[in-house]
Amino acid sequence: MATYLEFIQQNEERDGVRFSWNVWPSSRLEATRMVVPLACLLTPLKERLDLPPVQYEPVLCSRPTCKAVLNPLCQVDFRAKLWACNFCFQRNQFPPAYAGISEVNQPAELMPQFSTIEYIVQRGPQTPLIFLYVVDTCLEEEDLQALKESLQMSLSLLPADALVGLITFGRMVQVHELSCEGISKSYVFRGTKDLTAKQIQDMLGLSRPAVPIQPGRPLQTPEQPVISSRFLQPVHKIDMNLTDLLGELQRDPWPVTQPLRSTGVALSIAVGLLEGTFPNTGARIMLFTGGPPTQGPGMVVGDELKTPIRSWHDIEKDNARFMKKATKHYEALANRTAANGHCIDIYACALDQTGLLEMKCCANLTGGHMVMGDSFNTSLFKQTFQRVFNKGFNGEFRMAFGASLDVKTSRELKIAGAIGPCISLNAKGPCVSENELGIGGTSQWKICSLDPTTTLAIYFEVVNQHNAPIPQGGRGAVQFVTQYQHSSTQKRIRVTTIARNWADAQSQLQHIEAAFDQEAAAVLMARLGVYRAESEEGPDVLRWLDRQLIRLCQKFGQYNKDDPNSFRLSESFSLYPQFMFHLRRSPFLQVFNNSPDESSYYRHHFARQDLTQSLIMIQPILYAYSFHGPPEPVLLDSSSILPDRILLMDTFFQIVIYLGETIAQWQKAGYQDMPEYENFKHLLQAPLDDAQEILQTRFPMPRYIHTEHGGSQARFLLSKVNPSQTHNNLYAWGQVSREELL
Amino acid sequence: MSVNQQAHTGPPYGQPQPGYQGYQQPAYGGQPLPGVPQSPYGAYNGPMPGYQQPVPPQGYFPSLGFPSKGCPVSLNSDTSLAPNFIGSLRAPPTSEAPPPASGVSLPSGHLAYSQFGQGDVQNGIPTSAAQMQRPPASQPFPPGSAPSPIRQTSAFQQYGPTTAGVQQLSNHMAGMTISSAAAAAPPPAGLGYGPPTSVPPVSGSFSAAGSGHYTPYTATQGPPPTSVSQDLPLAQPPFPGQPMPAQRLPAPAPGFPPPPSSYPPTTVASRPPAMPGPPLPGQTVAGPPAAQPNHVSSPPPPSAMAGPHSGPPMRGLHGPPPPTHPAQPGYQMQQNGSFGQMRGPQPNYGGGYPGTPHYGTQPGPPPPPKRLDPDSIPSPQLNELPPQQKPRHRIDPDAIPSPIQVIEDDRSNRGSEPFVTGVRGQVPPLVTTNFLVKDQGNASPRYIRCTSYNIPCTSDMAKQSQVPLAAVIKPLAALPPEETLPYLVDHGESGPVRCNRCKAYMCPFMQFIEGGRRFQCCFCSCVTEVPPHYFQHLDHTGKRVDFYDRPELSLGSYEFLATVDYCKNNKFPSPPAFIFMIDVSYNAVKSGLVRLICEELKSLLDYLPREGNMEESAIRVGFVTYNKVLHFYNVKSSLAQPQMMVVSDVADMFVPLLDGFLVNVNESRTVIASLLDQIPEMFADTRETETVFAPVIQAGLEALKAAECAGKLFIFHTSLPIAEAPGKLKNRDDKKLINTDKEKTLFQPQTSFYNNLAKDCVAQGCCVDLFLFPNQYLDVATLGVVTFQTGGSIYKYAYFQLETDQDRFLNDLRRDVQKEVGFDAVMRVRTSTGIRATDFFGAFYMSNTTDVEMAGLDCDKTITVEFKHDDKLSEDSGALLQCALLYTSCAGQRRLRIHNLSLNCCTQLADLYRNCETDTLINYLAKYAYRGVLSSPVKAVRDALISQCAQILACYRKNCASPSSAGQLILPECMKLLPVYLNCVLKSDVLQPGPEVTTDDRAYIRQLVTSMDVAETNVFFYPRLLPLTKADVDSDSLPAAIRNSEERLSKGDIYLLENGLNIFVWVGVNVQQGLIQNLFGVSSFSQISNTLSTLPVLENAFSKKVRSIVSMLQMQRSRYMKLIIVKQEDKLEMLFKHFLVEDKSLSGGASYVDFLCHMHKEIRQLLS
Repeated sequence: MATYLEFIQQNEERDGVRFSWNVWPSSRLEATRMVVPLACLLTPLKERLDLPPVQYEPVLCSRPTCKAVLNPLCQVDFRAKLWACNFCFQRNQFPPAYAGISEVNQPAELMPQFSTIEYIVQRGPQTPLIFLYVVDTCLEEEDLQALKESLQMSLSLLPADALVGLITFGRMVQVHELSCEGISKSYVFRGTKDLTAKQIQDMLGLSRPAVPIQPGRPLQTPEQPVISSRFLQPVHKIDMNLTDLLGELQRDPWPVTQPLRSTGVALSIAVGLLEGTFPNTGARIMLFTGGPPTQGPGMVVGDELKTPIRSWHDIEKDNARFMKKATKHYEALANRTAANGHCIDIYACALDQTGLLEMKCCANLTGGHMVMGDSFNTSLFKQTFQRVFNKGFNGEFRMAFGASLDVKTSRELKIAGAIGPCISLNAKGPCVSENELGIGGTSQWKICSLDPTTTLAIYFEVVNQHNAPIPQGGRGAVQFVTQYQHSSTQKRIRVTTIARNWADAQSQLQHIEAAFDQEAAAVLMARLGVYRAESEEGPDVLRWLDRQLIRLCQKFGQYNKDDPNSFRLSESFSLYPQFMFHLRRSPFLQVFNNSPDESSYYRHHFARQDLTQSLIMIQPILYAYSFHGPPEPVLLDSSSILPDRILLMDTFFQIVIYLGETIAQWQKAGYQDMPEYENFKHLLQAPLDDAQEILQTRFPMPRYIHTEHGGSQARFLLSKVNPSQTHNNLYAWGQVSREELL
Repeated sequence: MSVNQQAHTGPPYGQPQPGYQGYQQPAYGGQPLPGVPQSPYGAYNGPMPGYQQPVPPQGYFPSLGFPSKGCPVSLNSDTSLAPNFIGSLRAPPTSEAPPPASGVSLPSGHLAYSQFGQGDVQNGIPTSAAQMQRPPASQPFPPGSAPSPIRQTSAFQQYGPTTAGVQQLSNHMAGMTISSAAAAAPPPAGLGYGPPTSVPPVSGSFSAAGSGHYTPYTATQGPPPTSVSQDLPLAQPPFPGQPMPAQRLPAPAPGFPPPPSSYPPTTVASRPPAMPGPPLPGQTVAGPPAAQPNHVSSPPPPSAMAGPHSGPPMRGLHGPPPPTHPAQPGYQMQQNGSFGQMRGPQPNYGGGYPGTPHYGTQPGPPPPPKRLDPDSIPSPQLNELPPQQKPRHRIDPDAIPSPIQVIEDDRSNRGSEPFVTGVRGQVPPLVTTNFLVKDQGNASPRYIRCTSYNIPCTSDMAKQSQVPLAAVIKPLAALPPEETLPYLVDHGESGPVRCNRCKAYMCPFMQFIEGGRRFQCCFCSCVTEVPPHYFQHLDHTGKRVDFYDRPELSLGSYEFLATVDYCKNNKFPSPPAFIFMIDVSYNAVKSGLVRLICEELKSLLDYLPREGNMEESAIRVGFVTYNKVLHFYNVKSSLAQPQMMVVSDVADMFVPLLDGFLVNVNESRTVIASLLDQIPEMFADTRETETVFAPVIQAGLEALKAAECAGKLFIFHTSLPIAEAPGKLKNRDDKKLINTDKEKTLFQPQTSFYNNLAKDCVAQGCCVDLFLFPNQYLDVATLGVVTFQTGGSIYKYAYFQLETDQDRFLNDLRRDVQKEVGFDAVMRVRTSTGIRATDFFGAFYMSNTTDVEMAGLDCDKTITVEFKHDDKLSEDSGALLQCALLYTSCAGQRRLRIHNLSLNCCTQLADLYRNCETDTLINYLAKYAYRGVLSSPVKAVRDALISQCAQILACYRKNCASPSSAGQLILPECMKLLPVYLNCVLKSDVLQPGPEVTTDDRAYIRQLVTSMDVAETNVFFYPRLLPLTKADVDSDSLPAAIRNSEERLSKGDIYLLENGLNIFVWVGVNVQQGLIQNLFGVSSFSQISNTLSTLPVLENAFSKKVRSIVSMLQMQRSRYMKLIIVKQEDKLEMLFKHFLVEDKSLSGGASYVDFLCHMHKEIRQLLS
């Protein structure tokens, strides 16, 4: 099956697509029996070094309900200069520019290697990127200082023409005007009162009609930038000003026990500000908060210190007074933001919870980042924040804005839904299924912000009836059209068209089976599970997962009845149960030992990372370093913990380096400093280097933990490994540790 | 004194008449006219017509009116008119004017009469009309009026025109004189007199004066004329008829106008005969001799009487009268009815008269003849006057009580000696007199002035007299440097020693008993233990040994240091804060106001009020600018540059910052300076024209709340707040509402929002001072609500222009910022058992019925408190007032300022009237009336004022004055200026607006007056008019003031007029060029610019003198007065004339003389 693995890998590299099934069962009935739905993981902006964008407009199918883009799968009549849409079979005339087309002179989009192609199009005015900082001033002095420095530093990382704005909040919310000389000016809002976008714009003086227009003067838009520029200024112009302003930021001075944080209103104002001035352009609202919102709409906890913030226990007992209201507030905000194509990042640094549970939708629906740390004065935050502005290999920011993803399918397929940092655009059409998986009922989604790793799970439904067989050799096709604003502010369209063979599940099950992508399937199922976990009780989701697994095994396993030992799964399914096992124990589905905020945080990242990262999240990677050989991956099992090993565990969120008992003793004894034990020094160094490598690329920065046998931090490792050795069997001599796969 | 008063009355009438002709005609005229038709009288009647009285008038004049009128009522009215006429007659007197002022006044009265006779008839009519009008109610007039007039007339005629007229005149005269005489007598008699005079007078005089007044007098006087006597008899019998005439007479008055032409001849003719008013002469004569003042009046009367009266009236009357006769009877009846006494008198008359002689009238009789002549002569004098006027009688203005005279007299009598407050119930010198005060146990009059220093013991007396018992209290009044501020007393941790029951504070009137172990409260008589730490032995007189060591035992005013129990939330207050809130909308910026304010603040902030000798002020400052939104400024000293914080959410105001908003000036000096530099720049290009207002106050309030202190907001505002926000207003100015029942809405706030806001402000001790710079209506009535209720001040600069108004505004601002001020104040007035403070006027808020709460109280704010009886007082113990003011000083110290005042109590009304203070009374009446316009139609308010004053005076006349003719107006010495001042109040813009007075002006004035002290109301209502050209350039003194009448202005002089708000410099057309050159630096009259706002600085003695006078006046007033140059015959002169309050005003306000006549009529009405 190497071929299939290669095929899968090749496809992923070229198109950023991983399907759960690479040969498709040809009827609805069969598809349902496959248990794992036909679905794919799509990384719309997968970095492609070898993909130079073309500088013209895509050619679209002329059928209004289709509008598919010309692609290599289309049949072309070079003589008649016609092409047939492979989705709706509409015959289309090539546009005049394609007059010279011939078999030997084909445009890129017709070449098979360009199943993914990117167009640069000229549409509308290019507006610079916008970064609006929303800064909590209810911080400890040190934290605030660190945050201020980070923010000041970030100014140098922004694109020079980017517009930047500053909103600070505490008990009040201040919108700073950045262009003032001699006096710093800000608009102040009460932190307890929610305002409509209109009110906010009126109060900020952004609504124009009030200004008396002199006759004879054109009523043109040129005034708009002038107006909005009071709060959003090109960074190169107000660099100094803003640096000073940030430098002068004071802690919220109102004397209170628990700081009064008006996060809800601050966000609302930020959203309203952008909504009024720069709708549908790339903009990031970056919220930096050092604690939970404590007043006004969106408050998560009261201002009395005696009442702690809600826990899962409270939520189950329906004791979280503010949760529903707050969630509603932030959801409304998130939807507005998404509608405007802006995104909200949340950088929450506090030892206790900060209300991410309530605010999660702000980041989830808009594609924003969510970063959780203990303090702004940690490298975790500082580097993560810095990494937001990282540039890709081609010197471009690894961020894109205001994307819309349009999915087109051939007739036998319908779209059931998507799971990822997107919202529905409610585009109904013939290819939209009535059965929803994830965010369904549409063939288009909006992704307000995405980076090259942002990955969506898209679920399909085979609708071909069993009694209407697909002709032999028939292929199903799916086209993904992603329009987005590039970080260079260009408008771009990336089109990916893929096709897969149909197969009759009864006669060709082995083909289908062989083309099963268990990694993708695991992630896709996990996303479904996590998605359900958001709205359903935990145990129900687990039961559902279990049932799915059992059904899958039933379908594809080979076994003799009543003989457990006879059970076998083919290679293409072999890892799947293991993924499910770890998924069940993962923080995405288990809330025990996690605060609601942490759960939200984990789930947030799980729903957007690509397949590799997702797998790491589901089943952390464990490497072992020892004198017995080169570093090797070992089972995520307690049996892997040996005294003479150094373990490196990557859970995506944490990187744990664990020194085995003996190693730790050696280290304490200082052998690594002895020239004669240089190899030991190297051994110690090896995992550090590897960890560093991971740290370098991971976003957000994982928590880096260096511990040893018996260390308190070792719990991070111990909580992840499969507890095959427990107090019940650890010391039972002679008992062979049992692999638990299920 | 009474004489004087009487005299005055006389004159007034006289004057009125002149004026009347004009006035009456209009006013009365309308009515009269109908009747007027009748020949000469017709004219009169004309006016009267409505009343029909016109006819009567005729009859009247005939003297019949008088006699017949004997019917007091008519007589009264007539008389009053008559007096006026007499006044005119006086004109002659004027010639005689020489006679002492008082004398003059009397004469005037007579004159009036005489006038009646003549033009008087007209006047009389008017008066009568006036009276009539009132009586109208009495049916007789209206119905009978028509007929009655006829009858009356007939009667009159019968009476023998001449005789009648004479009689009347004489009567009048007699009355006048008599009264004057009587008055004269009374004065000397003093108290003693009062009773006797009052009583006997009543009956006697009544007989004589009252019913007799006219008739009797006429009779008496008439007697001489025979005809008169005849008339009298006739009248008496016919009385009914006669009274009618009297009434009718008034009517005629109205008719007068027309009559003039025709009249002149007839009336004159008739009057002369009437004039014979020999009686008048007699009276006058008598008067003059006896008490010049009082008498003075008498003299004129005669003349007046003599001349016009007899002749014309009679005749005129005669003619028409015949028919009226029948009616007269009816009238008389009525009159009689009302005048029961009168009639009696009349009969008595004969006797009465004789009696009268006794009084002073006696003398009168003889002179009358002469006077009469003079009266007749006067008319000639009248000739000097404009033709029309001449014919009508004129009362000699010099004969009526002169405010200037009174002020000057008081100045020379009382200005030299310090006023020592040790004695109970002492009447202090007038506010216009410079005097020093020595506190020996009673509060200085600078702190408290009362309407009367002798209070009736019973409420019956008080009600009878109708004299309001009120105190005008200025708790934080500034003292001249020679006087010491109240001492600060610290009674330690337990706080001030107070009565256990009523909580009165320790004061000099507390009685220590039982060897000093207890004290008995002087207010409620409760006995309280003396706290051990306060114990002291008593000396042999029962005084504490430490009496002189303790201010609270020996002084009338002192302060206690308050303990924490007296503080809000039981926490000592923080020092107060000043917040400057500047409108930066387009108008404010464009006019340069914003820049001006910012520039000024830079230096002004160094002069914040500080306590005692503290080095720097404890007051913190904050800054806000606003248009449609508010801008707060962080001026924390640690900042490199100020921070501006915009709050746009005006619907729900809050303060965006805590730290750095209110700062110490010295610490944040550079940041503040930088801010004040930048504010004008920042808004230089603003195009925002809309403003908010309520949120501005809310912002200040919230800021003070957040800072937990009291304070003051200085709001500089330019326009009607129409921006969408709480307290948004709409333009509701509507001049059509004037003189309708809805007029009151112009004074009421548009919305109750501001009332609630004010309440919150008061609770926090947030005082609001408002500087308004309107270019159009901005609804002062509403915007001022908070200011008013928080004890703040409003300053208004309409059409503000930098060049002309800058000085005034800056001076006001400086003064306002620097002046001594207390915060978060609560005032309570405690009184002896028997009276109680029932009503309060001023700028404050009351949440209950006793405590006056003021967020801020400065040294100019005055509270007028009215007292009512709830029990009896005793003459022995008198009545005590203790005003306790709890406030926070400008350094944040909580203090109690105590003012004590002891008053006498009386069982005799005369004592009350002898210890009244008219200025204070006017202060009270004005405030009372100005509050009244909020709830009643202005007309009702005016009528109520007139009626109350008439009752006051009538009560005096009835109970205190010596018997005299009803035709005489007798005024208590202390109140002889009441009519003139009251007239000024009635004519003020609030109560009688001219067309050029805006609604805002009225609301502004209304609020302004409500917190004025006595000195301010005095000059406000009766402006000071100084002949600059008469100033002695070598001395410091001011030239002697002259009365506010155009007649007093000479074309060749320059005058200065000030009323506390404005200064006018009036330049006559014939002023020497040299003077003009000296003063204005231009070569001719025509080159004088009337846009000058200051006098040019020229190096010559005259210029220096004038400028020093101006600046001296500016110093005296709490507001910087706007200087306006008025050239004679220039447009601005109209404005200037508005302030000549003794003249008839364009807005319909009566002249002094006319009003006096009117009052007299009212009084007579009451007496009848």
